[in-house]
Amino acid sequence: MGKDIREDIAWAQINKDVLKSLESPRKAYWVILLVALLVFGVGVGCEVYQYNMGMGVANLDNPHVWGLYIASFIFWIGMSHSGTLLSAILHLMHADWRKPIYRFAEAMTTFSLLTAALFVAVHLGRVWQIYYALPYPNERWAWPNFQSPLLWDAMAVFTYLSSSMIFLYVGMIPDLAICRDNIHQGWRKKVYTILALGWEGTDRQWRNFRMTYLTVACFLIPLAVSVHSIVAGDFAMSQQPGWHVTSFPPYFVAGALYSGCAAIISLFVILRYVFRFEEYMTLPILKKIVRLTFAIAMVWTYLNCIEFASVWYSHDEAAKGVLIQKAIGPYAPFWWAMIFCGSVVPFAMMVKKWQTNIPIMFAVSLLLNLGMFLERWMIVSPTFSHGIYPWTFDHDQWPSMVQWGMVFGSFGWFTLLFLVFCKVFPSVSMYEVKEMVYHRSLQSKKEAAGEELAVKGAN
Amino acid sequence: MSQRYLLALYNNFDEAEAVVKELRTADIKGFNAANDMVVKSPIEHPEVEEFIGNKPVYVQWFTLLGASLGGFLAFWLISGSQANFYAQMKGGKPIVPFPPNFVLTYEMFILGGVYITVLGFLILSGLPARRSPLYSAKVSEDQIGVLVKGDEGSVPKLREIFTKHKALEIQEEAGR
Repeated sequence: MGKDIREDIAWAQINKDVLKSLESPRKAYWVILLVALLVFGVGVGCEVYQYNMGMGVANLDNPHVWGLYIASFIFWIGMSHSGTLLSAILHLMHADWRKPIYRFAEAMTTFSLLTAALFVAVHLGRVWQIYYALPYPNERWAWPNFQSPLLWDAMAVFTYLSSSMIFLYVGMIPDLAICRDNIHQGWRKKVYTILALGWEGTDRQWRNFRMTYLTVACFLIPLAVSVHSIVAGDFAMSQQPGWHVTSFPPYFVAGALYSGCAAIISLFVILRYVFRFEEYMTLPILKKIVRLTFAIAMVWTYLNCIEFASVWYSHDEAAKGVLIQKAIGPYAPFWWAMIFCGSVVPFAMMVKKWQTNIPIMFAVSLLLNLGMFLERWMIVSPTFSHGIYPWTFDHDQWPSMVQWGMVFGSFGWFTLLFLVFCKVFPSVSMYEVKEMVYHRSLQSKKEAAGEELAVKGAN
Repeated sequence: MSQRYLLALYNNFDEAEAVVKELRTADIKGFNAANDMVVKSPIEHPEVEEFIGNKPVYVQWFTLLGASLGGFLAFWLISGSQANFYAQMKGGKPIVPFPPNFVLTYEMFILGGVYITVLGFLILSGLPARRSPLYSAKVSEDQIGVLVKGDEGSVPKLREIFTKHKALEIQEEAGR
């Protein structure tokens, strides 16, 4: 396998290449942005229609009270996981290949969470009542239930969102100073000057920066795990068949990491092309992410098997009924598609030649995320269709076009936010790529000197 | 005597290290290396700390304070509201149930830890800050800067040391 990055790239060149991405991306950028805007428009249209007509147009009913909205909420929360979590874990493990790709992955976390939060509001119908989820006293004595996983969820997502944004911002301060120093006029200059906070790269600043970044990374790892465990708690703490499973929290965390890694591959391919980052988002780095994704895919597959086995052998007839219904009932095509995309498609990542084949890996990553979306849908809807009470048996429900439109629109919203971010802020960390190049070239020099000494010794 | 600032730019860390070492050992009247010298670099470089001397970092104390306060505040607010019977009817269940309250306490523990750590970082790094008397954009690109402050009388000696170690550029400005 080749080197993760060329060790002879000049530091000034790194600045130049990344700063160029803020000014002149390929035309594909504008095409994707326009498509994202249109897709987002569909979502907005659906929300306006639902707002005016009421929740009936979403085709939600009793017992199908959650539908695609909550499935999408879990999907986007899951998508957020790999960015900050992987960035923090790889940072603590000194895996320096993360450096060219972690910035956009962290941005992905922030925008995924913002997208997920939208679904909570959308699902409420009366969007202005979202404040009921927040723990503060109000004049009607209607306190939130502090024992409810739904309230924990609101708190956990808020904590994760704000901490991720802080982690993203703090890590970006030295790069914002580079932007401030190199962009000479306009609104951008003002924005960078304010956000860079007067950073000058002094020894005092770097010393405190290193400790802060490390500390926040340490906090984010348990936080990320807790967020998706709590989301799993929304389901596992209920008495519904198919949800009341002990392995749900780790299953959710693995699923979240899985979909996040797949999304990193998709965005890696897009950014590499659109911003001409071929020098930084290299094929050896892609190979490493692909291998990591495959490993997580196998963990997810294992946890799926464990869940099926514990349902099958637990003799809980209602839970068993839901499982059988998933496999042969009206949702069977989607459930089998989930199994295929989530557990079979990843084996394409084992083929060495394909690990660095960009079109194949892009297609695989999209299929993996399709599988992960179906997984969330298959968690939510089949249980409502075949619940524990006879009156809920075989109450099939197909999401309305309004629900699908909103899901579709959420992808536009996410893409829009993400692309605007990448155009305004450096999506490759300049100072960390410099560190990577510097340390690797030092290492190479040491190795070369060692070999020379060994040859001299042998002579 | 009036103060002057000098900024010397170097091509690499080895040259900067050599000049810093000499400045630390040199006996120059009106210049104290421990307080009057700052190294500016485009990347985080742990070796810089080694050659400019050991300086402690206190960010972790902010972390401890923030996390403890966050956790305490969360538990206090939640259990306080739960213990207010007019606000929440408990129907025979525990007034302050510890296991579910632990979840929110844990989240606030992290939230407080993160927020106050970042606040500590800003305070200890002196951010937000105005530009220092001498600044070169080259420092954010590929050069290492050594900024010193000294009495007017120390300037010729400081310049001599910078030049001896092949400074790419030396800037000078009167102190504020």
